[in-house]
Amino acid sequence: MILDAKIPSGPLAEKWDNHKAHLKLVNPANKRKFQILMVGTGLAGGSAAASLGEMGYNVTCFCYQDSPRRAHSIAAQGGINAAKNYQNDGDSVFRLFYDTVKGGDFRAREANVYRLAQLSVSIIDQAVAAGVPFAREYGGYLANRSFGGAQVSRTFYARGQTGQQLLLGCYQALSRQVERGTVKMVPKTEVLDLVVVDGTVRGLITRDLRTGEIRRHVGDAVVLATGGYSNVFYLSTNAKGCNATAIWRAYRRGAHFANPCFTQIHPTAIPASGDYQSKLTLMSESLRNDGRIWVPAKQGDHRRPGEIPEAERDYYLERRYPSFGNLVPRDVASRAAKQVVDEGRGVGPTGVGVYLDFSDAIGRLGRDTIEDRYGNLFEMYERITGEDPYQVPMRIYPAPHYTMGGLWVDYNLMSTLPGLFVIGEANFSDHGANRLGASALMQGLADGYFVLPYTLGHYLAPRMGQKLSTDHPAFAAVEEEVRERQAKFLATRGSRTVDSFHRELGKLMWDECGMARTAEGLGRALERIPQLAEEFWRDVRVVGDGESVNQSLEKAGRVADFFGLAELMCRDALARDESCGCHLRLEHQTPEGEALRRDDRFRHVAAWSYHGEGEPPVRHREELVFENVELTQRSYK
Amino acid sequence: MNLTLYIWRQARGEAEGRLVRYDAPDINPDMSFLEMLDVVNERLIHQGERPIEFEHDCREGICGSCGVVVDGIAHGPLPATATCQLHMRHFKDGDSLTIEPWRAKGFPVVQDLVVDRGAFDRIIQAGGFISASTGNAPEANSLPVGKDVAELAMDAAECIGCGACVAQCPNGAAHLFTAAKLAHLGLLPQGQPERYQRVVAMVERMEQEGFGSCSNFRECEAVCPKQVSSHWISRMNRDYLKAQLFLDRGPEKKRASGPG
Amino acid sequence: MAESRSVLSSSLGKKAVMAVSGLILVGFVLAHMAGNLKMYLGREAFNHYAAGLRELGQPFFPHGGLLWVARGVLLAAVVAHIGSAWLLTRQAQRARATRYQRHAYAQADYAVRTMRWGGVILLLFVVYHLLHLTLGVVHPSFTHPETLPGGTEAYHAYENLVAGFAGHPLVALAYMAANLALGFHLYHGIWSAGRSLGLGTASSDALWRRAALLVAFVVTAGNLSFPIAVLCGVVK
Repeated sequence: MILDAKIPSGPLAEKWDNHKAHLKLVNPANKRKFQILMVGTGLAGGSAAASLGEMGYNVTCFCYQDSPRRAHSIAAQGGINAAKNYQNDGDSVFRLFYDTVKGGDFRAREANVYRLAQLSVSIIDQAVAAGVPFAREYGGYLANRSFGGAQVSRTFYARGQTGQQLLLGCYQALSRQVERGTVKMVPKTEVLDLVVVDGTVRGLITRDLRTGEIRRHVGDAVVLATGGYSNVFYLSTNAKGCNATAIWRAYRRGAHFANPCFTQIHPTAIPASGDYQSKLTLMSESLRNDGRIWVPAKQGDHRRPGEIPEAERDYYLERRYPSFGNLVPRDVASRAAKQVVDEGRGVGPTGVGVYLDFSDAIGRLGRDTIEDRYGNLFEMYERITGEDPYQVPMRIYPAPHYTMGGLWVDYNLMSTLPGLFVIGEANFSDHGANRLGASALMQGLADGYFVLPYTLGHYLAPRMGQKLSTDHPAFAAVEEEVRERQAKFLATRGSRTVDSFHRELGKLMWDECGMARTAEGLGRALERIPQLAEEFWRDVRVVGDGESVNQSLEKAGRVADFFGLAELMCRDALARDESCGCHLRLEHQTPEGEALRRDDRFRHVAAWSYHGEGEPPVRHREELVFENVELTQRSYK
Repeated sequence: MNLTLYIWRQARGEAEGRLVRYDAPDINPDMSFLEMLDVVNERLIHQGERPIEFEHDCREGICGSCGVVVDGIAHGPLPATATCQLHMRHFKDGDSLTIEPWRAKGFPVVQDLVVDRGAFDRIIQAGGFISASTGNAPEANSLPVGKDVAELAMDAAECIGCGACVAQCPNGAAHLFTAAKLAHLGLLPQGQPERYQRVVAMVERMEQEGFGSCSNFRECEAVCPKQVSSHWISRMNRDYLKAQLFLDRGPEKKRASGPG
Repeated sequence: MAESRSVLSSSLGKKAVMAVSGLILVGFVLAHMAGNLKMYLGREAFNHYAAGLRELGQPFFPHGGLLWVARGVLLAAVVAHIGSAWLLTRQAQRARATRYQRHAYAQADYAVRTMRWGGVILLLFVVYHLLHLTLGVVHPSFTHPETLPGGTEAYHAYENLVAGFAGHPLVALAYMAANLALGFHLYHGIWSAGRSLGLGTASSDALWRRAALLVAFVVTAGNLSFPIAVLCGVVK
């Protein structure tokens, strides 16, 4: 199969405008005759559902949470990038584009990223109009900060809750459409499969998470805005409910899955404290501006941090990267932490963690300044760990945070399955092999507010009047499959809980397909995952019934899908025999331990297609063409 | 540490539930409250019993999904803390804890500790927005917003919609939730055109949903994980009375609850 | 008038009614206490004050006219206050039909927790007080006012007061208990009225708190002093 990204011709800066000018339009009177099924209500899904509703489409919107306001976009702390150049520091659309492509280690499409940088500007306008209370300067104008090592200040923020405020903006716009009747909101509902009729995605099978009712929904197009799959690692910064079921089911129905091995591990999360740990909490990256990262120089040094003299500490980032020091990019910092822990120099009760020490900064700047800058983060840390970071160094450790991989989409955000659009973190499109800080919110909102509303109309315009009913046999067939699967979970009555399987899978993925990967380790994982999946189907225990709230049953379905996805991630990581961005194959490093790309062989997107249970998936390539940037090797020495 | 838990169990569709006693031995003080419930649930599943259903998602105190009443206090004894951020080190070995769902007419119990908070969504739908369709927006910096105003609006906007305010209110009132959204939008210049229609529409919806009246107990702000101030309720009262008694809004009023 | 119906249909509107009527009653208890301080000036001054109340508003109002207007306003305020309290309490009880198995307060003080029962106690007390010192129905030796030759009226408020408490410590105790309840009711009620009317904003809230405390303290202290003064023989 040829992967046609449908990138418009013409100069980079004019591609989107030209493309928009030629997209087909749906007559205003006809829009309400189209039924759109939107899955997910985060920044991407929420903004898209609201915008499509405003345009007059009939939208049905699903989320697994009890309210669309709780989607996990809400947890984004840092901010949102936009090339406004309000600080007059030389920012521009091209510079944001360039930083994003380079940050993604040249594994993203130029045209997509450029469009993203262009739209970033309108996102801020829209968010402000919707009442998002961004931070302001005394003159009343919008404030910016520099984020994630960027050379310009282009990040807009609302305290440490930028994601929350942007999401509430979308949620409120969505609520307005619910009241108008253009959007029908269906909360506490999980999509369990997609219905494909004559090669086109036309519907969904859902389960009501309160009553267990399985329902059919028919539409003219389906949009997945279901977020990422970091929870394949069990412990991640994602919400407990985040899952890959919708995108995984779409993959099994024919949508290609792109770059599944591109997963971002964030360097500054609070370490797990024990086996019961249920999730990891992120601490803002900004802490690295003033904190110094170190571990004991000797292995097995169990002294308290204050008792370890300066000479016996190893400030390993400052030592290895003298010019960037503690501010090296996320992936470099994460890998370095893993290295010292693997050497047996980790700290804390579990030995899995490194110190992030503010005593120098407190000595230099005073406690008040530090409190001013990081007070709320220090409080959050103390709340969780019970330790006072003003007195003892914080302990941090990397945690899975974001997945750049996702369903393959073309320039119009449509997957390889006609009628199936994928937006936000759920698609693979804009971040390449590594995402820059404050860019996830930007992408979700660009897709939802400003891309999908145009490209979806283009798809729908020629499809007027193709009515279908849920009585079509395709719906009955998929519903039957879904019911059987649910029944199987309940009937197995094995000996292990769903969580115990999920933990085991997560640990395996963390070890073999986490921050540093090898052909050998990936081989081991590829051997073990199918065994574990088989054990799961044979020995899982789900208590209760399917006709009420049953979170074990919900989790069983999600974990069952994670097995398949985990296997595909390992296959992809193995096939991508190079290092790039967050994907580090130990076989391919520069002498300094940096990711070594092999542009001659891997300057492409890998998109996988499904060919049936037990059949190996097929790897397709979309070659990446760089006409506007020069491919360079990162160096942070 | 070892704890004795009395947890509200209520099967789906049943009008009545009851407290059931569970022993929770070997609880690590570093666990969060929800992780403690996870551990209890894992044991229940092993014993073949139905685990206790409770709402949770982000587990970092921002999504507003979680929330149970611990010994009569919504989100438990630690101020400014959602249940997921409450850690077991704040309890003592041998403690016996009573864990109940939010209780209010506006929040019917679904099952065990899970309640239906759809009423909050419907209050927002009545008018908790600024009508700025995608594409309408002017250049962001064309509308300066004073730093103090933006900060105040943010104070109110921090509400996570968890419903603890309603759960703790002896009157089962949703005033703090509603007032916080009204303050967030009503403070900003963008929110002025709809300010008075909004307050009438949202207050009317709030009352229709069966929430109670405000006696200024201030229990709501005491349990609010985001410490949203009850002052906003006063502001809501003022805007509401002004809208109802002094402003001739003519047909505007009807439109406030109609298509926006 | 559709609009005014709709404002009263909401709990916010009813709270405003409760606040306005409450503030009228606050004015009354303040004036009532201040007027009663005259008892410390002696029998004549106090009885003269009682008689003088009938002459308020002259020459615009006839004899006793303004007093009856005031009584009318007070009665209306009492009815509005109790009526709104009744309706709001019903709404609150419906909204929280199920109680917690284990109940606790997070920060609510004694005053707010006793508003409803405190209000009932005050109502009962007001009825008793009227029967006791105004109408004399339950008074052991009530002397009714009499018209003297020449048309002037003689009031015996002072004698009634002294006789009502002296030798009746239980009655005095009841008065004192009721006035403590009044103090708590005022302390929460005045501040709460500010909020219900949307006046107790972030900047003025502390002022409302202090004002409520001051009024509650002054009224309670003044009122408590009367039966104590009689029992101690200061007023005799």
